[in-house]
Amino acid sequence: MTKARTRVGPTGTPTSDTQPLALDIDALIDDKATGIIVCCGSGGVGKTTTSAALALRAAERGRKVVVLTIDPARRLAQSMGIEALDNTPRPVADVSWMDGFGAGGRGGPTEGVTPRLDAMMLDMKRTFDEVVESQASPEKAKQILENPFYITLSSSFAGTQEYMAMEKLGQIHAQSGPESTGGTYDLIIVDTPPSRSALDFLDAPERLSSFLDGRFIRLMLAPARGPARLMTAGLGLITNALTKILGGQVLGDLQTFVSALDTVFGGFRQRAQKTYALLQDDGTAFLVVAAPEPDALREAAYFVERLSEDRMPLAGLIVNRASPAPSGQLSADESMTAAERLRRDDPASLTAGLLRLHADQMRMVERESRLRTRFTAAHPQVATGVVPALAGDVHDLAGLRRVAQLLAGS
Amino acid sequence: MRDWPKVRLHIVTGKGGTGKSTVAAALALALATRGKNVLLCEVEGRQGIARMFDVDPLPPVERRLTTGLPAEDGTPGVVHALHIDPESALLEYLSLYYKLGRAGRALERFGVIEFATTIAPGVRDVLLTGKLFEAVERNSRNKGAIQYDAVVLDAPPTGRIVQFLNVSNELAGLAKVGPIKSQSDTMMTLFRSPRTVVHLVTVLEEMPVQETTDGITELRAVNLPVGGVVVNLIRPQDLAASDLAAARSGSIDRARVEADLAAAGVRQDPELVDGLLVEARDHAERRALEDSQRTLVADLGVPTYELPRLPLGVDLGALYELAASLREQGIA
Repeated sequence: MTKARTRVGPTGTPTSDTQPLALDIDALIDDKATGIIVCCGSGGVGKTTTSAALALRAAERGRKVVVLTIDPARRLAQSMGIEALDNTPRPVADVSWMDGFGAGGRGGPTEGVTPRLDAMMLDMKRTFDEVVESQASPEKAKQILENPFYITLSSSFAGTQEYMAMEKLGQIHAQSGPESTGGTYDLIIVDTPPSRSALDFLDAPERLSSFLDGRFIRLMLAPARGPARLMTAGLGLITNALTKILGGQVLGDLQTFVSALDTVFGGFRQRAQKTYALLQDDGTAFLVVAAPEPDALREAAYFVERLSEDRMPLAGLIVNRASPAPSGQLSADESMTAAERLRRDDPASLTAGLLRLHADQMRMVERESRLRTRFTAAHPQVATGVVPALAGDVHDLAGLRRVAQLLAGS
Repeated sequence: MRDWPKVRLHIVTGKGGTGKSTVAAALALALATRGKNVLLCEVEGRQGIARMFDVDPLPPVERRLTTGLPAEDGTPGVVHALHIDPESALLEYLSLYYKLGRAGRALERFGVIEFATTIAPGVRDVLLTGKLFEAVERNSRNKGAIQYDAVVLDAPPTGRIVQFLNVSNELAGLAKVGPIKSQSDTMMTLFRSPRTVVHLVTVLEEMPVQETTDGITELRAVNLPVGGVVVNLIRPQDLAASDLAAARSGSIDRARVEADLAAAGVRQDPELVDGLLVEARDHAERRALEDSQRTLVADLGVPTYELPRLPLGVDLGALYELAASLREQGIA
């Protein structure tokens, strides 16, 4: 690592101040040692926009970036040229050097070189299919891909999307690295799916392994494996119960699925462990994204704790869409009093309307700042960046640049 | 005038961050009037109900939660709550239908219950919807259970709702025959009947509105009944249309605002005036976006309801306020 990066957990330095540490986004994305940035957070907090904005800024500051998104808004996806869900990174058009970067500037690229930003949208089922195909013989793979259990597992099992996002990350990472070694990217930014429960992507590999390693699965495999006579009585009871409830064909499908999957299981587990280790690596940085709402911040607190428990390198918290603080020294109550005074004379007073808006804004700002202070009190070691809400929606590169500027605190 | 008098099951979905749990809770309060019993269910294991109503985490059995919003004559009803979790639902199902004593325990011991509730295709959703179905229709074997006048479900988000409710499809590859198949068909009959509606919660932003539009199309494609659209977190409407236009174009009369502020006894502060004008411009820009999204929502051709954004957030008292507003608009 060339620069010290904020890090929490066992190796972090706690402070006693209630003012949070400031999150320095540019230091993070400019640091060549940062190879992966994972944006996580609950649904609806702006993770996808944040990931895309970070990726754009990093690319325009000289990094070779790929951003892996899950479910971008249609117009944003269009503007990045990733409408087609084809599971391959595509170059984003109209990326241009930031002032002071590019030819003759920092980062040292030569004349004529354009910034590098690729984007892709994750196709979960296809990624899963590719893993199976790479792990099993063509015949075995076909058997697995056609099995009804596999089809549901690969398209709707809670956690599969998270697991596949991490799998894709592993794949892209394997192709990236320093230019000298022929790598395509030197920074990968990952947007995580809006998990039903926080950090499903950390648990998914474990869940998949524990399922495949589980007692029930071993039981299903038992007849094929031989000396399991002792279990047969219990097994009979269970198969009878299952047959009664589900019908016989289900058990057959299940047994085929399990025994087919068993052959590729070692590969699965190995990959999952590799990805997990990659996430723990110093070159990875987690950014927790939240909205200034109690639920989102509670979720963020959980993420922070969980990441530190799993020894994942947390770079900081981004509080997105914060209400911008109004200028002037008029409190919400004073503002309301003045508005009422004006309304008495003129019920349609424009100034009264402005004052009411101001009061509303002040109340939101105060409430959000209270929420943030509480978060900081509980997690003083977490560097925090606050991004004020934009008045409009973000659906083009110009909008992303604006978000990125706000992220970088300028 | 109530818009959904025949409906027993209100399913509330919405994109993450739009406040669907808040709306589900407010709707339950609004429906619980004149001695009625309403059940508010959650299925995603987040204990959101417990947090909103400030009670201990909910067990997987029904319990009385609170008193509903009283009618004009002052008589309230009761809101009950249920946290549906797949494991308890499966064990209850096995004991209700199969009297699986010894086998049920064996299933648990061998990890079958865990398997069925976490990874077996579609089973998790079927168990959750199955319990929901039981709460609406009440199985005769469930002795002494409360007959609810209405059940409100805080459902999975819009992106997953069709998959969640379309149980017979989920099971298609799994159980082609047998008792589960016929039970899931019975459940679908309820979900597709006039006694069920799916309400969608949105905010007036591009992506949530787009998701709502897509959600309605998907629901209709599988014949699931679409209810209303609840537009949540509406910004204050304090400025007249002409003032909004002026704010957008930056042509608000600054001198007049300064004079008004002086008349209202506010200390002269140029920074404050600057701030007010910037706030007005941002607000006007947002309102213009909201209005364009509102037109899209209106074009959906379903009843719409609006709830304000509360600057102080949603606490228990605010839930009743929102419930009153929903009732006034006729959703309950």
